Amino acid sequence: MKVETKPARCKECGLCKANCPKGAISFSEHTNAAGYHPAVINDELCIACGICYTVCPDGVFHVLGKEA
Amino acid sequence: MATKERKVPALVDKPMDFCPGCGHGVVSRLIMEALEELDQLDNIIFPIGVGCSSNLGAGLECDRLHCCHGRAGAVATGMKRVNPDVLVVSYQGDGDAYNIGIAETFNAAYRNEDITVIVINNTNFGMTGGQMSLTTMEGQKTSTSVHGRDCSITGYPIRFPEMVAREFPGAAYAARGTVTSPAQINKLKQYIKNALEAQMNHEGYSIVEVLSPCPVNWGMTPIKAMERIEKELIPYYPIGEFKKRGENQK
Repeated sequence: MKVETKPARCKECGLCKANCPKGAISFSEHTNAAGYHPAVINDELCIACGICYTVCPDGVFHVLGKEA
Repeated sequence: MATKERKVPALVDKPMDFCPGCGHGVVSRLIMEALEELDQLDNIIFPIGVGCSSNLGAGLECDRLHCCHGRAGAVATGMKRVNPDVLVVSYQGDGDAYNIGIAETFNAAYRNEDITVIVINNTNFGMTGGQMSLTTMEGQKTSTSVHGRDCSITGYPIRFPEMVAREFPGAAYAARGTVTSPAQINKLKQYIKNALEAQMNHEGYSIVEVLSPCPVNWGMTPIKAMERIEKELIPYYPIGEFKKRGENQK
């Protein structure tokens, strides 16, 4: 896993999906406690660029990072 | 390939009650990231305005004071004069800083208080249901300008950072940023960092205004709201630094 998510915080605003350069983000079929469909990352497409972290207003994403 | 870890700073890592797609969450995180990079996380106090910015009262884990409506500029003055070495960052919306508190905001800038002011400009009073504010665009429909704002009777939208840069020679830094794209967000973070560094070096008053979307009151999706900022707001409210650090020494 390259990017960890906190589904409980997601408000399904769609900014991460609109800005993801690889189209790796979609929304879950399940809802969280607030009734939103939280963002889900396709780990195979993800390049850990951190753009979702940058644009997310609700702190859903945590880019784990790794050494070379 | 090495990738950098990116994590929300612990002092702001709590769920907040902002609407989906609101820009407040990004800006509060950027302030904390800038403070983390400047190693000032334990040397900060926030006078917080009334409005959507009040949500920070519950979302932050550091010293903060919820001021009377519009009075954050005056409260920040007191905080800074008593504790000159503590960073004082007032966090307000456009309705709080300009409509209700223009006297306090203006006078703090006029006296060149050594504080940093962050104003979130979403062109309306977001929390109370989207009423017209001083920054509402000409023709924009709000709950108190139902036929669109008529500037011939209400005056024109205010551009405060430009006024600070032009009229107050002592002020250290004035800029405006936005949160519409990753590139703009990174630029905004640099503006906020410049403003905080100006305060750390006791250079004088610093202000950063942020054009922020209000999807719920604008009646748009978060993505359409970002497009509105790019197309309608930026031509009137230009992005950039109006006064840079160090210009006073020349």
